[in-house]
Amino acid sequence: MLAVRCRKIVKIYDSGGQRVTALGGIDLDIATGELMMLVGPSGCGKTTLISVIAGILDQDEGSCEVFGKDLAAMSNREKLKFRASHIGFVFQAFNLLPSLTVAENVSVPLLINGIRRAEAERKANSILEQVGLGDRTTFLPSQLSGGQQQRVAIARALIHDPGLIVCDEPTSALDHETGHTVMQLLKNTVLQSNRALVIVTHDSRIFSFADRTAEMDDGRIVKITDTSAAH
Amino acid sequence: MLTGDRGKYLGIIMGLTFASLIMTQQPAIFLGLMTRTYSFITDVSLPDIWVMDSKVQFVDDIKPLQDTELYRVRGVSGVEWATPMYKGLLRARLANGTFQSCFVVGLDDATLIGGPPIMLEGNIEDLRRSDGVVVDIDGARDKLAKPSRESGGKSVPIKVGDSLEVNDHRAVVVGIAKISRTFQAQPIIYTTYSRAKSYAPRERKLLSFILVKAKPGQDLSVLTRRIRESTGLAAYTRQEFMDLTYDYFMKNTGIPINFGISVLLGFMVGAAIAGQTFYNFTLDNLRQFGVLKAMGTSNRILLQMILLQAILVGSIGYGLGVGSTALFGYFMHDSILAFKFTWQLLIFSGVGIGLICVFAAVISILKVIRLEPAVVFKS
Repeated sequence: MLAVRCRKIVKIYDSGGQRVTALGGIDLDIATGELMMLVGPSGCGKTTLISVIAGILDQDEGSCEVFGKDLAAMSNREKLKFRASHIGFVFQAFNLLPSLTVAENVSVPLLINGIRRAEAERKANSILEQVGLGDRTTFLPSQLSGGQQQRVAIARALIHDPGLIVCDEPTSALDHETGHTVMQLLKNTVLQSNRALVIVTHDSRIFSFADRTAEMDDGRIVKITDTSAAH
Repeated sequence: MLTGDRGKYLGIIMGLTFASLIMTQQPAIFLGLMTRTYSFITDVSLPDIWVMDSKVQFVDDIKPLQDTELYRVRGVSGVEWATPMYKGLLRARLANGTFQSCFVVGLDDATLIGGPPIMLEGNIEDLRRSDGVVVDIDGARDKLAKPSRESGGKSVPIKVGDSLEVNDHRAVVVGIAKISRTFQAQPIIYTTYSRAKSYAPRERKLLSFILVKAKPGQDLSVLTRRIRESTGLAAYTRQEFMDLTYDYFMKNTGIPINFGISVLLGFMVGAAIAGQTFYNFTLDNLRQFGVLKAMGTSNRILLQMILLQAILVGSIGYGLGVGSTALFGYFMHDSILAFKFTWQLLIFSGVGIGLICVFAAVISILKVIRLEPAVVFKS
């Protein structure tokens, strides 16, 4: 089953009066249960593409369907609801809310979806156990290491059981060993629950975790490598 | 979120506390001062109407009348009784030979109407004793106090039995009274009307006010108009005379402007500190707002978050500010400082703090509404 279906995606930015083509007609399919990596040099359009796939940026041309829904055809309100229920986010800088505890941070997506606070925190504690942070639920993010913070961010991305998880450089702020642990956690998640995972990265150390790797350059996908057979 | 940054959180609270304090404390002092301008009138509670020269602008603006005017007023229909009152600034000579200006108030010899509201020592009837005067407690403790016999020692309050000279006439203290502090801050010496006239420099006109009681059921506005028409004098109800005095000080002194500037500065400084810090907080947390937007949080919820935080810090700052003002008033209530803290000031300050919070929240809200959630993927 296709999680993401992009056809002829074009995105042009206006930069000081100059038109800059960030995406020049992207075609990309991502299946459920697949870990897709977007790689390429800075400015090649990876972040723009992941933003379009995640429904937080509108393309100028083409269509992008996530689980069969055309995001561009949705109203802002529908898009918000769709993101809240179907998409999980993992960021390079973790982006945890500094004044909330670990459990409260993880609860946020459930609260956005209207789940009661007590129920949300119960689920948060449960998922934190799964990522090995069951003893850190009342800690503030600033009291955790980088690897622990990223595990909290992964727990936050998973707690509302989204079908698609988008990750922006999830290991670039981590050392090799911690990065490896985090990737293993993400990979297991995909395998266990048949989710789709899109990761934007420069980090060649984690390329081996991908099922497929899309290399981008100058707003286009220049090569897609299938590495699933190697696993 | 805001409480996560203690520095900014405390900065905003301090700004709002300062604004709230200035917006209540300064107007409270202003109201206290303005109340003092007519406190002499409020202390004289028995008469309904004050009659005076038509050119009088406020309570201390004495333009004396001839004594015969008293009889004309008594003859006006609807007047139950009318008594004379003398009020003038005279020099008192103290025991150490120095002089002190005092307001001498002369009360009707027969009834002593218009006397001090509370007698602390002695009896108002004692004014009928030879050379008797009653002195206000603040004057007795301060400006009329006897110097200490020891060099540098504390002065000794004047007391019942002590004597002083008022315009070269002997006066014996027969009572100490508690009165409302007046704007002029001179000691007040009460005596009989006839004795006050003997203290005053010889003039043809010495009658300052005529205090009038209306007959039961008499409409005061009708009676004042009748007195004005039949005597050519000014006649005011107690409230009208207070308003006349209040308006004079409002229009002819710099007091309202000075206090108004203080309040405005407090408001502006509070708004600047709170607004700037709140906005900086929003800028610092823009990525977090972006994350929440990306995860599906609506603008409405984000606005509610910002408003809730503005209301939270506003309430704390407001509470601390008015609390500080109340404490200030409590510790100053026995001092010379004028201070009147009314419920209207609580509303005034609350509205001011509310405006500051709305201002601080709005500039932050605009930033968050315009925020593109895609900002979360920018490193």
